[in-house]
Amino acid sequence: MEDAARARPPLASALREAAIAAAVAAVLAVPLLGFRLVDSARGLSLDYRFLWILYAAAAVFAGRLALALTAHRIAPRLGAAFRDRAARVTLPENFAVRVGWSMVAVALLLPWLPFADRSLMSVATLVLIYVMLGWGLNIVVGLAGLLDLGYVAFYAIGAYSFALLSLNFGLSFWICLPLAGILAAFMGILLGFPVLRLRGDYLAIVTLGFGEIIRVVLLNWNEVTNGPNGISNIPRPTLFGLHFDSPYKMPAPTGQGFAEFLGMSFTPMQPIIFLYYVILVLVLATSVFSQRIRRLPTGRAWEALREDEIACRSLGMNPVTVKLSAFAIGAFFAGLAGCFFATRQGTISPESFSFIESATILALVVLGGMGSQIGIVLAAVLLIGLPESRWLRELAEYRMLAFGGVMVLIMLWRPQGLLARRSPTVTMGDGAGSPAP
Amino acid sequence: MSPPLLQVEHLTMRFGGLTAISDLSFQAARGEITAIIGPNGAGKTTLFNCLTGFYRPSVGRLELAHEDRRRFQLERMPDFRIARDARVLRTFQNIRLFPGMTVLENLMVAQHLGLTRASGYAVAGLLKLPVYRHAEARAVDRARYWLDKMGLVAAGDLPAGSLPYGSQRRLEIARALCAGPVLLCLDEPAAGLNPRESDELSGLLLDIRREHGLSLLLIEHDMSVVMQISDHVVVLDHGASICQGPPERVRSDPAVISAYLGMPEDEAAAIAGGGR
Repeated sequence: MEDAARARPPLASALREAAIAAAVAAVLAVPLLGFRLVDSARGLSLDYRFLWILYAAAAVFAGRLALALTAHRIAPRLGAAFRDRAARVTLPENFAVRVGWSMVAVALLLPWLPFADRSLMSVATLVLIYVMLGWGLNIVVGLAGLLDLGYVAFYAIGAYSFALLSLNFGLSFWICLPLAGILAAFMGILLGFPVLRLRGDYLAIVTLGFGEIIRVVLLNWNEVTNGPNGISNIPRPTLFGLHFDSPYKMPAPTGQGFAEFLGMSFTPMQPIIFLYYVILVLVLATSVFSQRIRRLPTGRAWEALREDEIACRSLGMNPVTVKLSAFAIGAFFAGLAGCFFATRQGTISPESFSFIESATILALVVLGGMGSQIGIVLAAVLLIGLPESRWLRELAEYRMLAFGGVMVLIMLWRPQGLLARRSPTVTMGDGAGSPAP
Repeated sequence: MSPPLLQVEHLTMRFGGLTAISDLSFQAARGEITAIIGPNGAGKTTLFNCLTGFYRPSVGRLELAHEDRRRFQLERMPDFRIARDARVLRTFQNIRLFPGMTVLENLMVAQHLGLTRASGYAVAGLLKLPVYRHAEARAVDRARYWLDKMGLVAAGDLPAGSLPYGSQRRLEIARALCAGPVLLCLDEPAAGLNPRESDELSGLLLDIRREHGLSLLLIEHDMSVVMQISDHVVVLDHGASICQGPPERVRSDPAVISAYLGMPEDEAAAIAGGGR
């Protein structure tokens, strides 16, 4: 009885807390809720809504009071129990393999499912672009432990490489794809050199700056990049010379169309499905590549560098080449994704490559679990797919709010990420090569 | 007459106004165990850091000669090239493993250079060509050999960070051995071990030297280990060498006793004389 009385904070202190919270809310509400721009006939004018400030303060007061009076009773029961259970969830041995293969199967069959319409396919394509970016960044951040906040720069370089090469030199998508990747990788190495000595926060700040520099250059180099207007009329990819354009398109497409070649009639779904399969192939190639390279000396060197750089040097590893290879390969995949993004959109402009994109991709890696491929897919579906889907489209305004909420919950309950389970790159049993991915 | 394995000449290391090592010269012979002892702060670890390139000496020459008569000026080489080309490998006073990686992976990282070449700088490895598969199998065998020596085979697939302290020490030594050292520098390998473990460690180091003709440089505070296994002892005090010689001679040297016990040298001489 006495214990319970002592444990419960007295009403007075709860009231005080609530009053402070309400005061803070009121101050914040003045600029946020107190004024409103009205578009009247005489131009813009201000509307004052001081009553709203009162409402906000009252709501916060009531909420804080309720929380202060009940939290100590509910929180330990709910929070701790759930946190322990969530953190302790371990996955069975071959979980990743099974889930991975079923995801591949679903992805392959998706366009033929009855509910697959235009909007679903375009959301799926977008999700796959982010999966590829996530896996690319995972090499830099997850494996090599180099916090890169300017990753979107390489995505932009890939996109602009394709746009400029195809429009100025008439090169096709399939030739530009590797070129875009190589150009991005080259920029990755260029960025890598000045930041070799930096780690952690300092590295994050410099890479952040690099991302902004690329965006600002794209924005202002009018002669080449056409500045803020961006580049449009970027050609679509072809399949062995067969285009996927509508036969009624103006100007009329040159060469033979895919539908024409197969003797089918053209439907607008065909190009969408084709683009979906192109990115799916790129994503699968990325997956195979990153799983294999992780098991090679190169990949092990990245992880060793993340664990202890001094020990790496004492074992004869050159940290310069290890870091640069991670930057270059991570950037390579961003370049490929950017190239695809450009051809899919048909139009690119610098605003597609702002810092928020870097942050989103990093969030995918952190949320999914550093180093976990399947975790990143889940995170991409959750963070990119769901908000774009037709059910949640109306809630798009609250997207960043939900985003922040999800991040907070994950950090509270599962700081290692949704799926974080490191499988060894080599085991005592298998001397002869590595098991199937 | 071939040159000695390691020749340290007039090594001086200053940090600002502090002279950690002053005018130190000694030699380490091939196939011998050379112990560096001295009170705390005498400059032993600084010496190791100079040898392995983590510090660049202020003055002095550090020359390493391989059996094939190749010579390396260690004071001019960056740290990773000392490990890679001159093959001076080291362990650390506060163990530096890759704790999140498995024991076996730690040993595979040590064989990084050969494996990277075998994987055709990742190209052959990505294609899973037999060349690389065989190289990897050989590397695993080599790792298994050293794990067996250290009694760690059963722990091969466990995360290195989860091992008990003594096993982590042995793993760090195994990792350095896996990299194929010409000179192995051990920084206090017996620190934190119980008497039985440090006895086992002494036996192990003697074994490795006998079977593989390995040369060792050893920093150690545990005198039982030092006296039991070393062929040559260098005593440092305040960054200078105060005595060099076989363990028996060093043990009874008045300067050494006075440095360790902090008493005037004539009193120490009396103890040394009385001890005989």
